[in-house]
Amino acid sequence: MSRRKTERLLSLVVCLLSANRYLTAAQIREAVPGYPDSFEAFKRMFERDKDELRELGIPLETGSNSGDGDEVGYRIPRQAYVLPEIRLEPDEAAVLGLAARVWRRAELAGAAEGALLKLRAAGIEAEDASQPGIEPRLSTGEAAFGPLWEAVRDRRAVAFGYRGAGRSQVQERHLEPWGVVNRNGRWYVVGQDSDRGAERVFRLSRIEGPVAFTGPPGAVVVPDGADVRGAVRNWDFDPTENRTGVLRVRSGRGHGLRRHALSAEPAGQPGWDTITVPFTDTGWQAEQLASLGADVVVLDPPDLREAVITRLKGVLA
Amino acid sequence: MPPGAPEASEDDNVTDIAGRGGAGVPARPPTATDRLQRLLALVPYVVSRKVVGMAETAAAFGVTERQLMDDLNMLWCVELRSPDPYCPIDLSYEGGEIVVSEAESIDRPLRLGVDEASALLVGLRMLAELPGMGDRSALGRTIAKLEAAAGAAAGPSSQVAVQLDQQPGQAVLAEVTEALAQARRVHLSYYVPGRDEATERDVDPMRLVLVEGRNYLEGWCRRAGAVRLFRLDRILSIKLLEVPAEVPPEAVPRDVDQGLFRPSAADTRVVLELAGPGRWVAEYYPCEEVRELGDGRLRVSLRTPDTQWVRRLALRLGPDGRVTEPPEVVAMIAADAAAALRQYG
Repeated sequence: MSRRKTERLLSLVVCLLSANRYLTAAQIREAVPGYPDSFEAFKRMFERDKDELRELGIPLETGSNSGDGDEVGYRIPRQAYVLPEIRLEPDEAAVLGLAARVWRRAELAGAAEGALLKLRAAGIEAEDASQPGIEPRLSTGEAAFGPLWEAVRDRRAVAFGYRGAGRSQVQERHLEPWGVVNRNGRWYVVGQDSDRGAERVFRLSRIEGPVAFTGPPGAVVVPDGADVRGAVRNWDFDPTENRTGVLRVRSGRGHGLRRHALSAEPAGQPGWDTITVPFTDTGWQAEQLASLGADVVVLDPPDLREAVITRLKGVLA
Repeated sequence: MPPGAPEASEDDNVTDIAGRGGAGVPARPPTATDRLQRLLALVPYVVSRKVVGMAETAAAFGVTERQLMDDLNMLWCVELRSPDPYCPIDLSYEGGEIVVSEAESIDRPLRLGVDEASALLVGLRMLAELPGMGDRSALGRTIAKLEAAAGAAAGPSSQVAVQLDQQPGQAVLAEVTEALAQARRVHLSYYVPGRDEATERDVDPMRLVLVEGRNYLEGWCRRAGAVRLFRLDRILSIKLLEVPAEVPPEAVPRDVDQGLFRPSAADTRVVLELAGPGRWVAEYYPCEEVRELGDGRLRVSLRTPDTQWVRRLALRLGPDGRVTEPPEVVAMIAADAAAALRQYG
């Protein structure tokens, strides 16, 4: 069944590509083997075939030849079909192979594979092992990546459930997406939040449930000068002033803190050091310090000291 | 942890290697249109090379030689019946060498689709962001050529961006790249946060992997006698030794596409209940089970070889999370918190 379909589609492509004019449905039925005898059944099958070819990106056009009257015909213009000439130097082909492998097993892996196939067919030898030892990867573990990429690509509005950081409730959000951004391994979507009437950034891992398309393709307009990278860069940037904390840390412990310490000296007590560390976010710093348990004591500032105590008491509550 | 086990697990520090990673694309059976795409690429593949071997072609297309032969037969059998019957494609594969003598209109590949162009362009632009990539000019040239060839299909790719912030350890990265290029053994001083320890070890480098936005050196750790991943920003110091790297044949690179951390049945199963602000735990660490408890609370279970890490996580979470199993870990956490609080008088 599927073999016959492949044969039929292949013949259809060759037929429409070779004809230098529009062919009517009747002419196509004459030329391409494999269609059923009944004209109605042929029409239904031909409609499906056209859709499948277009889904593959084959530019199947509808029109009529001058002089043929109004009868509608079909063709695949060669110029729109063929991949333009592309030649790559060996070093260029090498980075191309590496770029395709970035997606290995992630959302666009199949697309990367398909692209390489076409480029190989154009005569390019895309190497796989270009820079042995360097293997960058993009992963798309977030379920929302697929639908959001489609929405961005097709310029469609979306709706999804979102649980903001530290929020207990899932909220329904409506977004005209402008772009998806991966920053340091995590995916974000940026766009116009239609409920808030402003630009917003959402982290894909916090989207819950399915992403629904709420508008037609082509409806989203990305404003000139929209800076999706910048939006994500600023998203978690908190311009709080830089502060310093004074800690007592057990000797030989707290390596993570010591790496960033502004100063470190032996404390009055044997077996302990006094170190000064920079921090911006009190909550985050308190979490890090609490995790070190009895190996660190916050001396100053008082709010950081209190925050650590609260955290530790929370464990026992 | 049983005696002997710590060596095998300490550097994995599970947990600090964040992320679920590699959920991957579900495999689906190939369809008629998948095969059509292959057939449409096969003819130009041969035409552009004039003559090409069966084995080489089968490998390039990821099929068996038998399947390839079937593809070639199908192409050869294409027949159009009107106005006069004719066979547009003529080819032969005698003696294992494929030659296409008539390719008709499918002698060139189909142009790239939007997803295809985007996958490559986003990948290339990501490489251009990497500090470890030596030759940037090749990247620039390739991006320009691909954009030109893809035409309008290249447009949407600009709406996907990949950024990597400057990470600590640029100097370490240079040393690691150098060690790989020269295939030399390195000495590492490596910080293991799960235990808050600096460890010393000799490593034979295998490769540099960027996963989830972080760089790792994968290598044969001579202290553990096993393959280990080392996060570059946790390498406290690195020294290239005057010894060639000797990666033993049994050293198999980890399949990082399946996620960096693979729990083992021998690991301890830990159950946590998380309040709203502690939900990030389920986002960051691979959990066996995640259950909503209502009011934004979650119950998660995960496996770890390192209960020390769990104790530190519990202290960090404070009121935002609570370990409920296993009981001996619950007791240790309570003791840790009490000891820490005593310091504050």
